[in-house]
Amino acid sequence: MSVQPAMPKCWRMESKPHKFCPGCGHGLVLKALGQAIDELGIQDKVVFGCDIGCSLLSWDFFNVDTVQTHHGRTTPVITGIKRANPGVLGIAYMGDGGGYAIGAQHLVSAATRNERITVILVNNTQYGMTGGQMAPTTLPGQKTETTPYGRDIQATGYPTQGPEMVAAITPEGAYVARGTVANVKQLKGFIKKALENQMAGNGFSFVEALSTCPTNWRTNAEETWKFVEQEMTKYFKVGEIKVPGPREKEGQ
Amino acid sequence: MPEKPIQGEKRVFMTGNEVVAWAALAAGAEIMYGYPITPQNEIMHYWTRLMPKYDRKFLQTEDELSAGFTTVGGVLAGRRAFTATAGPGNTLMQEPMSMAEAMRLPVVVVVQQRGGPSTATVIYSQQEVTMTTLGGNGEGLRVVYSTATHQELFDYTIKAFNTAWKYRFPTFVLGDGYQAKMRESLTFYDPAERGIEMVPTEPYVGKPGMPGVDRPPTHLRNTYNVEEELYEVLKDYLADYAKAAPEIAEYEAFDTEDAELVVVSHGVVSRAGKAAVKELREAGYKVGYFRPITLRPLPVDQLREVANKAGQLLVVESANGQLDRLVKEAAYGCSAEILPMFKPGVGITAEEVVARVKEIKG
Repeated sequence: MSVQPAMPKCWRMESKPHKFCPGCGHGLVLKALGQAIDELGIQDKVVFGCDIGCSLLSWDFFNVDTVQTHHGRTTPVITGIKRANPGVLGIAYMGDGGGYAIGAQHLVSAATRNERITVILVNNTQYGMTGGQMAPTTLPGQKTETTPYGRDIQATGYPTQGPEMVAAITPEGAYVARGTVANVKQLKGFIKKALENQMAGNGFSFVEALSTCPTNWRTNAEETWKFVEQEMTKYFKVGEIKVPGPREKEGQ
Repeated sequence: MPEKPIQGEKRVFMTGNEVVAWAALAAGAEIMYGYPITPQNEIMHYWTRLMPKYDRKFLQTEDELSAGFTTVGGVLAGRRAFTATAGPGNTLMQEPMSMAEAMRLPVVVVVQQRGGPSTATVIYSQQEVTMTTLGGNGEGLRVVYSTATHQELFDYTIKAFNTAWKYRFPTFVLGDGYQAKMRESLTFYDPAERGIEMVPTEPYVGKPGMPGVDRPPTHLRNTYNVEEELYEVLKDYLADYAKAAPEIAEYEAFDTEDAELVVVSHGVVSRAGKAAVKELREAGYKVGYFRPITLRPLPVDQLREVANKAGQLLVVESANGQLDRLVKEAAYGCSAEILPMFKPGVGITAEEVVARVKEIKG
């Protein structure tokens, strides 16, 4: 008798197995999100929005009300829903291209307005769905389809520090963290706290998840884990970056 | 429960932008999302001044992409939501409106046309016809009302919410900078007192009950795996649109029965067209007047009837043939000769139309 690993209750069985590539980190992030939704008992309150790119494959992932939007536009759609109906818990799910490139103005503005929504951004260092081009998060020297000789930081800059930026521009009450699919338990904790922050009405909540893309990285299992655990963390520090409540004053 | 914004009927004298804000209030619009752009700004100004009294909401967004997509969100939440824009803002608005078309979302957008291309003028034009009727990547599954007077701005802003929610196509009220900024008399009314029932709204997301248990979850998408899957969806949408088109299409016409030449115009220019036709009739010219009120869908049958009866159509517009292209497509194969009177980005007077007709008729 085979034992299936437990799936979160809010996952939609009819759409499983899911559509992501083997070894993709999206499934792990969505598992952490699913567990957080289950533990908080908010399946009937959540409105889930997904972006364009690989994240759109989650459009029928959960038994929660879901809308798949345009590239970069999930943040304003969820903002619009939350403003019109503050009773829902809005989750905007996107990749690094959607959040840090084409939708950067929306992320910045939602953060500065302290929108009571939760943004979950999956960082896999490149554009997956379109075939592996350079993203704002591509590591220096990393080869992609549009940086075939490696990312040249002189020409294209350094990887975007998304959570650090969001932490810098959000008012008090925001929650900002960076987790990783290499530590799903911790990631689930961050996502749960982000959702609790929205439930408490404190402010904007943002979790970046370091994730994997063996298809476009062209890595085997061992190299994939090495990249996410050792290479990505050189630039992307895992942990909580901003938590609600007044900061302690200097000298106290 | 806040009191109704308008009780009884009331004669007022105000700018078109103020009229739109009042009409949206009267229609029961619950939330406006917007980004500043001239000449629509005062719609937001009046809305934000009036809304606390009537328990409505507003969000100023970071750009028109966001204004459009947050309005989409407001509609998804089941609210009567709207935005207003113009010119380059209308260009950005086409992206969210293509999503509204793809998901049949009853978004209402008020457009106050300004000069184009690019920044051009903040004042006036009829150069946003092509974009407002057929913008975005798609098939133009939308409704566009082109208003000519402040009374119509009031009437059709209210109507736009009902058309949108009845047929579930994004709906535009197409005004212009002249209508936005000039003052004019009109009659305010509460729609209910005129027997106008507001079409009820309903949420797409955030509905009661446990999704997957008490009810199926809402799973809205605009992405499809294969061509045929998209084609099946579009076939239904296009059939719905074709069925609704004759119910939605509106026009205004007179003196077309025996007319040798019919002046075709829309929006504020149709006021010049109307005055010119009356003057020319008095002077003995056999001319008629035809004005599509809906630019999308066009009143195709009525236009074709006129285009088969009159010898000539004179298309008059403050653009370089944007209405003309719509008219020619609708009147394809009809017998009338179609003549242009185009002044892109500039207003047109009755005197100019009279002179042009006399030039044609000799």
